[in-house]
Amino acid sequence: MSFNKKSPWILHYDATSCNGCDIEVLASLTPLYDVERFGVVNTGDPRHADILLITGSVNGQSIPVIKQLYEQMPDPKAVVAVGICATSGGIFADCYNVEGGVDKVLPVDVYVPGCAARPQSIIDGILKACDILEEKQKALKGR
Amino acid sequence: MGKRTVVPFGPQHPVLPEPIHLDLVLEDEKVIEAIPQIGYVHRGLEKLVDKKDFKQFTYVSERICGICSFMHGAGYCMSVESIMGIEVPERAVFLRTIWAELSRIHSHLLWLGLTADAFGFESLFMHTWRLREQVLDLFEQTTGGRLIFSVCDIGGVRKDITPEMLDKIVSVVTNMDKELRDVTSVFLNDSTVKHRTVGIGLLSKEKALELGAVGPMAKASGIRRDMRTQGYCAYKYLEFEPITAEEGDSYARMQVRIGEIFQAIDLIKQCIEKLPEGDIITKIKGNPKGEHFTRVEQPRGEALYYVKANGTKFLDRFRVRTPTFANVPALLEILKDCDLADVPILILTIDPCISCTER
Repeated sequence: MSFNKKSPWILHYDATSCNGCDIEVLASLTPLYDVERFGVVNTGDPRHADILLITGSVNGQSIPVIKQLYEQMPDPKAVVAVGICATSGGIFADCYNVEGGVDKVLPVDVYVPGCAARPQSIIDGILKACDILEEKQKALKGR
Repeated sequence: MGKRTVVPFGPQHPVLPEPIHLDLVLEDEKVIEAIPQIGYVHRGLEKLVDKKDFKQFTYVSERICGICSFMHGAGYCMSVESIMGIEVPERAVFLRTIWAELSRIHSHLLWLGLTADAFGFESLFMHTWRLREQVLDLFEQTTGGRLIFSVCDIGGVRKDITPEMLDKIVSVVTNMDKELRDVTSVFLNDSTVKHRTVGIGLLSKEKALELGAVGPMAKASGIRRDMRTQGYCAYKYLEFEPITAEEGDSYARMQVRIGEIFQAIDLIKQCIEKLPEGDIITKIKGNPKGEHFTRVEQPRGEALYYVKANGTKFLDRFRVRTPTFANVPALLEILKDCDLADVPILILTIDPCISCTER
């Protein structure tokens, strides 16, 4: 079954991003980049989502929120860390309220580099996550 | 009188690109009170002055917010320059103004798109963001970055704009002007858009003054307050009038922002006409000592930067007061007695930038 790969729904959450990556995620949905041509739909509901896009590093207050979002998503699911902050904390790694990258809390499947990540690389990251979804789907079936 | 219910709004919500939590106390469909809870984006950026020296901090200050990144960088650089008594070359001052006004166009187009999305006008959202990409292309061609471009430095700017590129900027913004008239006429004349914005979120002039609203929020209530009139950067050489409206509703705020887009196009053209020749950066020596306040007009309103330096590489204190922070009391005021269905539009009407506010 490859429904997920044909049309993955993405959920975007801003953990502690500076907005730069967030608006690039939105920009990749708009006409010039148009991620919808790969069947990708942006949703606001975690229960409909296949891929979780997280921008920015995590802090004490956003950890429970992203954990809850992840738990609410149906299996199989993939997590994409967008931007350098989500990968390692980036320039804010030394801040007192920054715990580090998203992988401190959730299992991250794809890391997208950049500050701010460019729409092209975000689209690339989403497509990589689609392949991972497919594998996870097969593993689920075989269980 | 109906029963009171509390509806939690956020931190994750389709209309919010950024997390903020509001507890909406409802009586039937009317919002009686909105209780905000923030802290989801707090990083503790101001404290980084202990770990990054004042030159490196330019990059940190640009990452306060990805939308008005250039203006944050410029505001910080202007504060440090004033402390150190650095004379910034005239050409750099004009180049800063060009980039700042381009940022204003991109920020207001972004806001128009998100607002269209909030009231469900998807195609309008796509059209404004299509136009916005032209501005981002200009950024990329002149600086190398789309959103965060690190072109502003203490003492001036890092990159010059070639005469050919200046011609291109003029032709792009002139062509954009025509397309913008088409798109913005939908915002201003379409009956469905009017239905969602006219008379919604009224803020009187007295209330706006009392709550300390800034930027388009204040201007739409008839307060003629624009930091650019103070004449920082190259604004002292340019001719412009702050754009205001009287009604104080969501529609008036949209009018002000649309007016500011066309004003920014005019200011860019004026800058390019008056652009002097010369150096773009002054070499700096030594470390800053002293303190300074800078006030900058961002797309969302007045931002205030405070820098205190002690003569070493590391600053004592850096403080920003961002426009969204100043507008939150006004937001809570207009949320009172509104319909639950209007809450997304009202939150967007202040053009919230949570990452600026919490840093």
